Amino acid sequence: MDDQIVRVISRIIIPFIQVYGVFVVLHGHLSPGGGFPGGAILGASIILYTLAFGAKAGSQLIPHTTSKWLESGAILLFIAIGLIAVGSGRSFLTNRATGFAMGELGNIISAGFIPVVTIAIGVKVGSTMITLFHTMIDKEP
Amino acid sequence: MQILSLILVGFLILCALAAGRTKDLVSAVVIFASYSLIMAVLWLMLQSPDVAMTEAAIGAGVTTIMFVAVISRTSRIEK
Repeated sequence: MDDQIVRVISRIIIPFIQVYGVFVVLHGHLSPGGGFPGGAILGASIILYTLAFGAKAGSQLIPHTTSKWLESGAILLFIAIGLIAVGSGRSFLTNRATGFAMGELGNIISAGFIPVVTIAIGVKVGSTMITLFHTMIDKEP
Repeated sequence: MQILSLILVGFLILCALAAGRTKDLVSAVVIFASYSLIMAVLWLMLQSPDVAMTEAAIGAGVTTIMFVAVISRTSRIEK
C-alpha cells in the first residue's frame, strides 16, 4: 500500500496509540486492562506502521532478532520473578508474604511485583504479535 | 437499554450467519470484524470493560489484519 493519505494519518495517530498502550500496561493493577490488552494495542501500532510504510520499513524498525529476544526475555523475566518466591520457600508468584513492598493503594508503584509482571506480559504479547505478522507477510525464501 | 441489547444480539447473529455463508473471503473477514466490534459493545454492557478492550484490540484489529494477510497469500474466492 503506497498511499500519501494513509502514511500521513498513520504518522499522526501511531504515537497516540502507543501512549494509550503504555497507559493500559502501566495501570494494569489499577484499572481495566493489563498486560494482554495493552501489549496487543502496542503490537497493533507497529503492525499499522508496517501496513502504511511497507514490510521493509517495518522490519527495519523492529528486526526479527530484536522481537525474538524481547519475546523470550520478557517471559524469562516473568518466570524469574515467580521463582524469587520459590527460592524463599513459598509457592510460585507469592507476592506479599515474600516481602515485596505493597505501597499505597492507587499509586502506580504499589502491589508488589504486579507492575513488573504486567510490563513483562505487555512486552511479550506485543512482540509476539509483531513476530507473527512479520513472519506471515515475509516472502518465502 | 434492553431494546438496544436485543438489537445488538440480533445483528450479532446476522453477522455470524453471513460470515459463514459469504463466498468472497475478504467480505467475510470484514463481516467478522463487525461481529467482533458488536461483541465488544456487548461485553461493555455486561460490565466487563477489560474483556471489551481485548476483544476490540484482538478481534476487530489484529485478527482482521492476520486474515487479510493470509488471504493475500492464497486465493480470494472460496471454492
